[in-house]
Amino acid sequence: MFEIVIGLEVHAQLNTKTKIFCSCPTSFNEHQNSNTCPTCLALPGALPVLNKEAVNKAMMFGHAVNATINEKSIFNRKNYFYPDNPKAYQISQFDVAIVEDGELMIDFEDGSSKRVGITRAHLEEDAGKNTHEANHSKVDLNRCGTPLLEIVSEPDMRSAEEAVLYLKKLHSIVRYLDISDANMQEGSFRCDVNISIRPEGQEEFGTRVEVKNMNSFKFINQAINYEVNRQIEAYEDGVYEQEVVQETRLFNTDTGETRSMRGKEESADYRYFPDPDLLPLIVTKADIEKAGNIPELPDEKKQRYIDELGIRAYDATVICADKAVANYFDEVLECGVSAKNAVNYLTNELNGLLNKEGLTIHESPIDAQKLGAIIKNLEDDTINGKGAKKLLEFLMGEQTEVDAAIEKLGLKQVSDDGAILAIIDEVLSNNEDKVEEYKGGKEKLFGFFVGQVMKASRGSANPAKVNELLREKLG
Amino acid sequence: MTLKEALNLSPEEQQSLKSELKAKIEASDLNAYIDSSDDGCGGVPIAIKDNISVKDWDVNCASNILKGYKSPYSATVIENLHRGGMSAFGRTNMDEFAMGSTTETSVFGKTLNPHDKNCVPGGSSGGSAAAVGGGLAVAALGSDTGGSIRQPAAFCGCVGMKPTYGRVSRYGLVAFSSSLDQIGPITQNVEDAAILYDAIAGHDSHDSTSANIEYKPTVIDSDRKMTVAVIENYLEEVDAPTRKAMEESIEALKSAGHTVVYKKMMGTKYDISTYYIVAPAEASANLSRFDGIRYGNRIEGDNLEELYLKTRTEGFGDEVKRRIMLGNFVLSSGYYDAYYIKAQKVRHLIKNEYEQIFNEADLILSPVTPSAAFEFGTINDPLEMYKSDMFTLSINLAGLPAISLPVGKDDRGMPIGAQFIAKHFDEQSLFDGASSLEKIINYKG
Ligand SMILES: [Zn+2]
Repeated sequence: MFEIVIGLEVHAQLNTKTKIFCSCPTSFNEHQNSNTCPTCLALPGALPVLNKEAVNKAMMFGHAVNATINEKSIFNRKNYFYPDNPKAYQISQFDVAIVEDGELMIDFEDGSSKRVGITRAHLEEDAGKNTHEANHSKVDLNRCGTPLLEIVSEPDMRSAEEAVLYLKKLHSIVRYLDISDANMQEGSFRCDVNISIRPEGQEEFGTRVEVKNMNSFKFINQAINYEVNRQIEAYEDGVYEQEVVQETRLFNTDTGETRSMRGKEESADYRYFPDPDLLPLIVTKADIEKAGNIPELPDEKKQRYIDELGIRAYDATVICADKAVANYFDEVLECGVSAKNAVNYLTNELNGLLNKEGLTIHESPIDAQKLGAIIKNLEDDTINGKGAKKLLEFLMGEQTEVDAAIEKLGLKQVSDDGAILAIIDEVLSNNEDKVEEYKGGKEKLFGFFVGQVMKASRGSANPAKVNELLREKLG
Repeated sequence: MTLKEALNLSPEEQQSLKSELKAKIEASDLNAYIDSSDDGCGGVPIAIKDNISVKDWDVNCASNILKGYKSPYSATVIENLHRGGMSAFGRTNMDEFAMGSTTETSVFGKTLNPHDKNCVPGGSSGGSAAAVGGGLAVAALGSDTGGSIRQPAAFCGCVGMKPTYGRVSRYGLVAFSSSLDQIGPITQNVEDAAILYDAIAGHDSHDSTSANIEYKPTVIDSDRKMTVAVIENYLEEVDAPTRKAMEESIEALKSAGHTVVYKKMMGTKYDISTYYIVAPAEASANLSRFDGIRYGNRIEGDNLEELYLKTRTEGFGDEVKRRIMLGNFVLSSGYYDAYYIKAQKVRHLIKNEYEQIFNEADLILSPVTPSAAFEFGTINDPLEMYKSDMFTLSINLAGLPAISLPVGKDDRGMPIGAQFIAKHFDEQSLFDGASSLEKIINYKG
């Protein structure tokens, strides 16, 4: 049997207003090379000046993962030539990172949890973008100089599941801290995975293979499983030494395989040395303490939901995993509805509909106010459960106020005794034979009468009222 | 005309000064200038070394690789000049990327020494020094990484000053060695050096290594009595005329009422070794941005690697390539600790050595060069050439301010310079001492 050893390096773009070493804006979806200046174009004579906001965000992260925040850290130059790297060196904290020795807990579905160590988190600059067309290449340096926080884990994960849980927790933390947009599709949260195997009981690690630049939980899961199988097969076939070498591989999303990118990058000597243009980064104890004033984190929020709202641990985990969902949930609660209904309508009903459409909570056509209003109408008996579901489905496709939609769909419950009694009388007089049978002892027929009354009211009668009045009528 | 005098001219007179200079530059065969560009701002014309960015001017660093590059922005020192009633006028020649001691590595050809055209003007700011020494400029800006202002100033019989590291913004100065580079004045006399230094000095938020400390304008007091330390063992390493000039300077200082004490330093061989590890290491990374992708002189290739190779092979001269290779070597894994880290440690020792001396002295007096300007073609071995900066390197390694001024002539009539070194940010003492010596020596060019 083999033990799988996984370590992760995550690059999270920090959502600062300006770049890490110049005052250009960090929004890079604009016209190519428009957000640039002498510094991020690496013009002769231009110099870097560190963005304090990026430093603060890195320190906030340090606090969130119980890490040591170093009062002195060092920026190094990492030397390599590539057109998207205009200085031909990347400025990155290599010798001493600002954040070291942190941890986070990952939660399994069965309620158990596990600690994963964070070796370090360091500040560095993002590269620009190269695109290749026919026989030429283009370079866009808008992204160049966007601050990155590279978060390096300990090799503490033992399965693809653990790796994904770690990433999800990390993702959730940076979103809660609001230090990164952490949009995986746009590449503001991307990850390199280090994978090795070793026979159970063996102390030393196996050969580490790095799979680079992954930006979806699904692909990371697939890539790890593929790579683990490849390594185990090689071991079992007796060709481990030949086939598993320390290298960088890329994951092909079409074939689901990893392939070697052996070549130049492998033998690269980055010739790191401290950047003489930047003095060592010094933060004071007061700076560090000030950065500790961070928002509520997912684990804290989850505990609060369990303790104060009486929500089940599993539901609380689901809601708290995504800051946007948790915020939505808080807003629904503010409408004055019960936590139980809020949980149910958010995690089951609305979530089901969103999944079907492939939408995120951000893109939901039904905002928290609307969902709150729907639940409120349910709770004050204006509509019934069936009506609430109909209403949700309708509002997914139509931008209408909740009250107008209830009116339009005719979902308003009839709770008025007189109106319901009138329907009951009609139903009973149309089914005199059945009434006789019921009175003769065939009590099963009660359900039939309820159904007939509901049908005659076109679903609008309050079912509880119908039950109550029918029992009185039939004695 | 001195800088001080020129600053008192009317705008019209300053304009005609520019025309006069332009005519002189065109008539001159010194090749001190690359061109006589005018930044169009009124004020006293200051000649600018080819590695300081001036908006809309070519900045070539006397290299083929930057041919065709125009800077879209001005260095902070240029903005400061404008505020001080001065303007950028004329591009002066230099060694390619400031790497050299004779201005011979320039792609624009060599500059001649105004005192003897068979002699080198020094380098790397040879164009600036020859322009001032040859009467082709009122004053000039140069840059000093290991002596590149003081050595050519000494060779051309003018005053050259390197400020404390961090005193003058490096923003817009094309970097050679970021932890050593400083921009400074080359002038006709000590007072002008102080005026030009005052104009360019001060904190700049664009340069993270710029010192954010209070800056007081210089008020020269040449009557101030100071303790001057002389580095005894350096006097043994210079030629006879230089030694004589140094000894006369020492006597002059004593006669003016200064106290002279004698000290020893561990030896220039450590300075040379340390400098030629630190400077090339930083340069190798600083010069990597010249890749032909975004600006400058691209040589096309069939693929990216070939484009890089051709551009850099054809773009850089031999001395620059030598130093890039040296820098890459000392930074490469397996050698980094033995060279780069060790050099940083020696750099600390050098700093400490100076601090020790400054516990007992206000200033240090030392030779600038082992001899006066030599003839073209007499030094061909790069290692021998590196020795011509042996007395200036350690000052950059320690980040101290220093000023070189002419104090005598050798038997050929070539100027000989001496330099004062002061504590960090104590430029005031530097100018006081230099002014005092200048008065007594009364050097005539
Ligand atoms: Zn920029």
